[in-house]
Amino acid sequence: MRSARWIVALVLVALPQFAGEFYVNLISQIFIAAIFASSLNLLVGYAGLTSLGHASYLGVSAYLSAWLYLKLGIGHWLSAPIALAVTTVMAGFFGWIALRASGLGFLMITLALSQVLWGLAYRWSAVTNGDNGLSGLTRPQPFGLSLDSASAFYYFTLIVVAVAIGMMAKFIGSPFGAALKGTRDQPRRMSALGHDVRRVRWITFVYAGFWGAVSGLLYIYYHKYIHPTSLSLTNSAEALLGVIAGGSGTLVGPIIGAAIVVLLKNYVSAYVERWNMLLGFVFVAIVLFMPDGLVPGVRRLWARVTGRRKPTDAASNS
Amino acid sequence: MTISRRTFMTSAGAAAGLTVLPAPFARAQSEPIRIGLLTVKTGPLASGGIDMEKGLALYMRERNNTLAGRKCEVIVADTGGVPATARTKTQELVEKNKVQVLIGPLAAFEALAIDDYIRAQSIPTLSVAAAEDMTQRKANPWFVRGTSTSAQCAHPMADYCAKTLKYKRIVVIADDIAYGHEMVAGFQRVFEEQGGRIVQKTFPPLTVPDYGTYLAQLNTKADAVFLGFAGSNGFRFVRQFNEYGLNGKIALVGGMTALDEAVLRNMGDEALGILTTCWYSADLDNPINRKFAADFRADAKYDPGFYAAATYVEGAVLQGALEAVKGKIEDKAAFMKALRAAKVNTARGPVSFDEYGNVVGNVYIRKVERKQGRLVNSVIHTYPNVSQFWTYPPKAFLANPVYSRDWPPAKFLE
Repeated sequence: MRSARWIVALVLVALPQFAGEFYVNLISQIFIAAIFASSLNLLVGYAGLTSLGHASYLGVSAYLSAWLYLKLGIGHWLSAPIALAVTTVMAGFFGWIALRASGLGFLMITLALSQVLWGLAYRWSAVTNGDNGLSGLTRPQPFGLSLDSASAFYYFTLIVVAVAIGMMAKFIGSPFGAALKGTRDQPRRMSALGHDVRRVRWITFVYAGFWGAVSGLLYIYYHKYIHPTSLSLTNSAEALLGVIAGGSGTLVGPIIGAAIVVLLKNYVSAYVERWNMLLGFVFVAIVLFMPDGLVPGVRRLWARVTGRRKPTDAASNS
Repeated sequence: MTISRRTFMTSAGAAAGLTVLPAPFARAQSEPIRIGLLTVKTGPLASGGIDMEKGLALYMRERNNTLAGRKCEVIVADTGGVPATARTKTQELVEKNKVQVLIGPLAAFEALAIDDYIRAQSIPTLSVAAAEDMTQRKANPWFVRGTSTSAQCAHPMADYCAKTLKYKRIVVIADDIAYGHEMVAGFQRVFEEQGGRIVQKTFPPLTVPDYGTYLAQLNTKADAVFLGFAGSNGFRFVRQFNEYGLNGKIALVGGMTALDEAVLRNMGDEALGILTTCWYSADLDNPINRKFAADFRADAKYDPGFYAAATYVEGAVLQGALEAVKGKIEDKAAFMKALRAAKVNTARGPVSFDEYGNVVGNVYIRKVERKQGRLVNSVIHTYPNVSQFWTYPPKAFLANPVYSRDWPPAKFLE
């Protein structure tokens, strides 16, 4: 298992050396989607709170970064922390509202809040430029290194994705993460044990919002353009699909799920005209055969295959 | 040659052995020209996008896939009408398929999303999207647009309403997207400068399922309603307008995609007599269009409209420019210069380009009539050589903000 991890890391680092520019860009997009889906997974998988409004954090931080640059001429060094901070504060506020409910109520509140932002992005054209979106942006130049080439941007996102996944893994692995899983499985018991369930959930909500904002920054750096669709329900739903397809409540699941969504949308669609249908089939198939997602499903399958081999071996020996 | 991506990939695979080494220029000349078509084949904009593909495929087939003596390959990409996907698809066409020229995209926000990428990669692009600023305040040097800006056809329509039809009070209703805002704004500006009044402005969402609420609050003390719809919305609005018993009480006039041929075939007598404006009509009587409309009808079983004509016209512009540079598309700067200098006869009539890369060409006022059992947009008046700036001096025009929901401000709303 450990050696497999090293091989994956090595392949990822070496990738731009042999893959074409288009594929490098595609994988950069997968990284961005992976951070986004993983941050949503903190809520869906570990807190048991299904949100349909996660695009808010991606969209708001992207819009903020673009707006600060275009309207106020603020450079990336300053605009990035401002965008992250404001979006995180917003997540705190949204969490405060949405966490009055759980389950379906929570889902509807997050959906409603994100639709409000989507509507604002469409209508408040003095700030967001409405349906025309904000364009004319640049990528940052950390330490004077230009990120304009595909491979430079790839390494930049690779570092961010590694840090992001690492931080989220730490969060889940911490005692707080254990408490979080407790509030997912037995909220009443956790409450009886003296944990403030709502507080635990709120902190997770804010943390998820923060990483959503990070993915939003990468998104705007990559596309150099922002349009209200980035705040749309479709964007939230695609991330949720990725989380569920890959396996919610696992670290690797959302990454795999995000990769599937990005690849189907951007790559397979070149060969299959009705790629929307294919997307549907893939998800139906995953739900039918691996209801808890691809990663747990494959793991179970693997365990069954390796588990079964021993008895049959024993049988052939006798 | 419109080839599916799959066959393209296998042939590309076979050719890969040949192209690994940098080919000398002489051989580059004999290689096919690769044309990328950015269109929308899924989602709410798909019907227009599929017509774009059909129009270009027909153009290439009629010319045996050869322009200016060189074979051409068309590689089609579906953007789904999503800006982020449009960008990825453009990258795919440019970086993976190595296209040398792009046709498309369809929607304004798609064009804006790929704007800086086209600049960075220097890819000549023949756009269909109508976003005003792409050839105005943010003119992209790699852009030409053979169709029109959002308001380019609305200006003459306003002129026609004020001068010929003598309308004084008009209600405007348009899709709540940049395209609708810009078109209506252009209409309002010219109409009000000629003494007319826009008494009501409404923008229903693009995907509104029902126009009932909008019809209920319609100001009926107006001479006409101007429709700034795209896709099938014009068709749905007119049908409901009829159901509400408003037919005959207020006149309907429309922008360039309000009653496109693509939706006209599904309409009945309620559409008769409606005036619309466009740079094209399937009923247009010139030799190129007679052949195009007949061939397209034979293939598709319906009349070509805005989107099919768009790529057919862009095909002619591309051919004109390629012939001017003797097929040497590899010299991008010279090719781009030739594109902008192109003066060609197309299915829409003669076209040329202004210094911002936008078309100067005829705009037609059309009336829905029944001919040979079909509803057609019959041309009743021609405004020759209309520019995106209408009759305004470009400098003064560009000093104003871009057309939007709020500009020009509405002064006569009731």
